[in-house]
Amino acid sequence: MSPEPSLRDRFKLGLDAPICLTWELTYACNLACVHCLSSSGRRDPRELSTDEAKRIIDEMVEMQIFYVNIGGGEPMVRTDFFELLEYATKKNVGVKFSTNGTRITAENARYLASLGYLDIQISLDGADAATNDHVRGEGSFASAIQAMEHLKAANFGEFKISVVVTRHNAAQLDDFQALAETYGAQLRLTRLRPSGRGVDVWDELHPTAAQQRDLYTWLLDHPQTLTGDSFFHLNALGDPIDGLNLCGAGRVVCLIDPIGDVYACPFVIHDEFLAGNVRSEGGFARVWRESELFRELREPGSAGACTSCGSYDACQGGCMAAKFFTGLPLDGPDPECVLGHGETALKAQKVTIIPRPLGDHSKPVRVSVSSH
Amino acid sequence: MTSHSSSLTAEFDASLNWKLSPEVAIRPEQFGALAYHYGNRRLVFLKSKDLVQLVHDLADFDSAEAAILATIAPKQQQSYVAALARLAQSEVLVVS
Repeated sequence: MSPEPSLRDRFKLGLDAPICLTWELTYACNLACVHCLSSSGRRDPRELSTDEAKRIIDEMVEMQIFYVNIGGGEPMVRTDFFELLEYATKKNVGVKFSTNGTRITAENARYLASLGYLDIQISLDGADAATNDHVRGEGSFASAIQAMEHLKAANFGEFKISVVVTRHNAAQLDDFQALAETYGAQLRLTRLRPSGRGVDVWDELHPTAAQQRDLYTWLLDHPQTLTGDSFFHLNALGDPIDGLNLCGAGRVVCLIDPIGDVYACPFVIHDEFLAGNVRSEGGFARVWRESELFRELREPGSAGACTSCGSYDACQGGCMAAKFFTGLPLDGPDPECVLGHGETALKAQKVTIIPRPLGDHSKPVRVSVSSH
Repeated sequence: MTSHSSSLTAEFDASLNWKLSPEVAIRPEQFGALAYHYGNRRLVFLKSKDLVQLVHDLADFDSAEAAILATIAPKQQQSYVAALARLAQSEVLVVS
């Protein structure tokens, strides 16, 4: 075959339909994780109805979107969750859903095991209760483990344990791997972003430079680990980690949020990255194919401040969301640039207004007022 | 057809009747196509339109070899054997 542009270069120009479509079904959540990328908590009254959700699934069939990553919020709190799950899987749209596990009772586990074409990701952010619950709330480790027990007992098969790597759990990767093996599960590691409520805990939780180097080595040593392609900024350290290794936002990736808004990726819930809404004429397909924002994202970008860096081809300048919510220019280094350029840029930063994630659905914090 | 040096191609017997797996769906794209295997849930990229055409053409021939000899220019045949070998390894193609 004659030399052709690399697949990565092709993907940068966008596809007819996304490869990785994330669909957050609700902003309601029974937990309140400190790093929630969608600032979830309360249901939004404008959330899509069951019929509207089914129409989106129909569109996925038409667009040949083979599978969808469902999240939230906690998707299992939607009363029509199982109905939508069956609707999708019967139409051969595979579902991979992320859950905190609280609703995976023994009975639900047996039901889930009876459905074909389904993947489950249980979120866990510490290999022990103290580390996990610090981020995900008290009792959340126990309920996640309970969910895993139920799935194992129901012979669900290989589910995923999904971990956001933080400063507190970065040393526990072997423990997570061992835990996964105990349950016949597969380990999935993803990157912490300063998105949603994550913006408030970023400084405390994002891994140190030394931890990033250890993580990179660990990933190379454990190539079977799933990463959702989220660590490509580490590739400036050497050989590339397995994956597409590019920012897929608006090119091969996007997010449909609970009210039908379409964003360039799950980590940029902000007007700046809002492409349209599935309720508008032409539905999701038109937003994906014709929105001005997505067209822009598919144009060849400039490497900006990274132009002179020899590693740009390896790391692609890193994550757009991480830059945006730390106030760095989108054509500059990632805040966690492994060569330290991000740190330098952050120190030199004169901007005082850093964009805040929009659409906060956090539950109001109860402040106890003592009367005197 | 000359044999390819890689072990992958060595394990691929082009004289067999390779066909697109009934468990695989193909989605055309500008660069070629995405192939999704509903059984093993793997997404595979077909990196050129010619390769996509060849995969569909397999249906009309008794062997992968016959399809390649009939539809692909001699200079390129070996690389297409390698491409089919990769697709066979990821179960996009099965022997019927």
